[in-house]
Amino acid sequence: MADTTTADAFVEFERVQKSYDGETLVVKDLNLAMPKGEFLTMLGPSGSGKTTCLMMLAGFETATHGDIRLDGQSINNIPPHKRGIGMVFQNYALFPHMTVAENLSFPLEVRKMGKSDREAKIKRALDMVQMGHFAGRRPSQLSGGQQQRIALARALVFEPELVLMDEPLGALDKQLRETLQFEITNLAHDLGITVVYVTHDQTEALTMSDRVAVFDDGRIQQLAPPDQLYEAPENSFVAQFIGENNTLEGVVKEIKGETALIQLDGGEVIDAKPVNVASAGDRTRVSIRPERVEYNKSRLSEDAHTLKAEVLEFIYMGDIFRTRLRVAGTDDFVIKTRNAPDVERLAPGQQIEIGWLPQDCRALDA
Amino acid sequence: MTDAAQDNGQMLAADGKPLKSSLNRALRRQKLRALALIAPLLIFVLITFIAPIADMLFRSVENQIVSDTLPRTTEALADWDGDTGEIPSPEVFKALYTDMFIAQERKLHTRLGSRLNYELTGISSLFRKSGRRVEDMGEVYQDQFEDLNDFWKDSETWNALMGSDAWLAEQAAWDETSDSRQPQFELREEIEGLLPQTAATFEIFADFVQNDDEDNLANEDPWALVYSALYDDLIVEPDISGYAGPGSAELLEAMAAVRSFETVDYPAAFEEVDEDWHSIPVWQTIQTYSPDFTSGYFLNSVDMKKSPDGPVIRPEDEQIYIKLFIRTLFMSLVITGSCILLGYPVAWLLANLPARTANLLMILVLLPFWTSLLVRTSAWKVMLQQQGVVNDTLVWLGLVADDSRLALINNQTGTIIAMTHILLPFMILPLYSVMKTIPPSYLRAAKSLGATNWTAFWRVYFPQSVPGIGAGSILVFILAIGYYITPELVGGTTGTFISNRIAYHISSSLNWGLAAALGAILLALVLALYWAYDKIVGIDNVKLGG
Repeated sequence: MADTTTADAFVEFERVQKSYDGETLVVKDLNLAMPKGEFLTMLGPSGSGKTTCLMMLAGFETATHGDIRLDGQSINNIPPHKRGIGMVFQNYALFPHMTVAENLSFPLEVRKMGKSDREAKIKRALDMVQMGHFAGRRPSQLSGGQQQRIALARALVFEPELVLMDEPLGALDKQLRETLQFEITNLAHDLGITVVYVTHDQTEALTMSDRVAVFDDGRIQQLAPPDQLYEAPENSFVAQFIGENNTLEGVVKEIKGETALIQLDGGEVIDAKPVNVASAGDRTRVSIRPERVEYNKSRLSEDAHTLKAEVLEFIYMGDIFRTRLRVAGTDDFVIKTRNAPDVERLAPGQQIEIGWLPQDCRALDA
Repeated sequence: MTDAAQDNGQMLAADGKPLKSSLNRALRRQKLRALALIAPLLIFVLITFIAPIADMLFRSVENQIVSDTLPRTTEALADWDGDTGEIPSPEVFKALYTDMFIAQERKLHTRLGSRLNYELTGISSLFRKSGRRVEDMGEVYQDQFEDLNDFWKDSETWNALMGSDAWLAEQAAWDETSDSRQPQFELREEIEGLLPQTAATFEIFADFVQNDDEDNLANEDPWALVYSALYDDLIVEPDISGYAGPGSAELLEAMAAVRSFETVDYPAAFEEVDEDWHSIPVWQTIQTYSPDFTSGYFLNSVDMKKSPDGPVIRPEDEQIYIKLFIRTLFMSLVITGSCILLGYPVAWLLANLPARTANLLMILVLLPFWTSLLVRTSAWKVMLQQQGVVNDTLVWLGLVADDSRLALINNQTGTIIAMTHILLPFMILPLYSVMKTIPPSYLRAAKSLGATNWTAFWRVYFPQSVPGIGAGSILVFILAIGYYITPELVGGTTGTFISNRIAYHISSSLNWGLAAALGAILLALVLALYWAYDKIVGIDNVKLGG
């Protein structure tokens, strides 16, 4: 977490802890700094503390310990309605007794804005989400996607600098979700607003965010841009949680600069990049992405360590082939191969040899 | 649409019949089956709920008792005009004599008396008194006929004269001790033409003896009324020369004698019974209430009364119902209002507290439901009386001087306090179930949009809880408007409702017509308010939950 507590941080959590019952901590020592204009996603399984963090930022929960700062100012004691943070809720929370226009007018009215200003802003916000024709409708007359657009417009209409989104696309179907993901990111970048987005959907996190904070057990496990998160997970939780991952367990035999020799529990020796291991003798989990595994020997270096594998299952998926192997005592080692003319199609029972580049194989904590 | 062909724009089912009628037929069977399933309940509801209401509504206008009991009098009275200041003609009194005689034999005159007594005090005793004396009036003729010839004394000779030969034979053959029915009296045809009044009167007498008293007609002497009728028939000298049946000689003899008979002056005879019979209001009352249906009960219910010149407002000291209706409405509104004020925060707590605490609170809300209404009301008596707990506490706190203790019971205050307490759950429960469905995220959303706690509540939460207030208010108001026990026990004289008056008329004064009219007005009032509520708030805005 190299860039924590930067001078230009817009949103900052410093040593924040939260407990609901006084016995267990839901959020343990949270440190986070976001620059202005960043799209940050909090990703994690349920119960990992991500929503609690969002609620503390919005002001609906108070931190048990630590400081939350917005634009350099501590907001611990500022009530939610004075924080000026826009929020989009999971179930939209559009007021059912008001029309779309009235919903959007609400934050402007409580800010005592004049009628003509209000109308101009409402129109602009609705056009922004392509819902200009729906001003007179009631929320119940709109589809889920339309409601979510309105909820977004409502959170943006009073021009907050920070917008929080709590699993806003959770209730939508896949196609609509993808369209809206794209729209939300574009909108956020066009408007230059800072967004904190909470989700448990990793695809959503990877496609939308500038940076992703992976939460587990009340802590940020890794805070990094999506590509780093996928390609360079810092611990085995992140490696497991983000994308598909093959894990082999073993003991570090030797570390030589950027390469480590790992002796797997089955006795085989492989090369890996030491990431989260300190010295020889440590137990480790080795993580390899399925698409980085090779079984075409010509693509591997001469001295690369290889493993014997037996094909258990070969699935044709159109653009890729997915093959399940028995490797070093595990039955669920998966490899993915791009469907190309020169790629050999494997058959169950076939014996092959697999290998990888040492830098694609990361030795992580056990 | 592979199975449905199209024909002239009409969809056809596989068998070539229009798809629409096929669908209807298929659905009809389902509907019939569904109807058959609910039929027992439907019939039960109709019989036990709709029918009594219909009967009550009917009673509030029904008035056949006057024309049933005094058919001849009301008919004769139709042309009379009380405004002239003249008492009705002797024919009317004659008809009254006939009607009264029959009514007192059937013991119906006192009932009519009580009915008319609602409209004019004193008529009840007038009818009772007249009923006793009316028997004597006709005896003048009876005595004279009997003195003339023993033929007229004897039931057997009367029957021979009046009855048909066939009936006489049957009657003679009938064994009184057997279980078989007494042969139904049948009139001799010639007599019906010759002596119409006698025949008609005798038929009534025979019917009464045979069917009401279940005595042997052969052993019963005719009523004095029959003799008066006979006199009336004979005095006009009908042509009886052609009659050769039983008693023809005696009839001729009687016809010759009646001209010298002592006559009865009915108006004078009735005046002798009671001089009220010569008072115009008595006759006006009978005339006004002679139609089969009357608006009288309804007029009474709104402090008016029928008069010969149409409905008039009662004098101020007799007005009571309008005031009671207004008081009932006003107090029900106050009770509904207090229930909203007290119930809203409780319902909010119930909906927002953690489940454990909320359950405990819910038990406290429901506890009154499990306690007898009488116990709760009596408890308020203990609490609110002048030497009661509340007053004692106030005096002890020094808020109220010992000599000016508050009157909290046996007045409107008492009724309002006790009824608010009793009806409170009916407000809390619908409110609670509606509030339960409002997600807390709305309040959060409002606050995140910049609303203060109060604005968030007032503009976002409250409007969504209005359906609950609506449902609770309708429940409480409608229950309150018809409440009876509590106002009766703690209301004193100023805190009673219209329902207490209805109960009084049902059980004490026995004026069911008036009670029904008051009830009907109350029903109409509730329906009107419901309609107004629907127009103003919209009945879609009423939710009992979900």
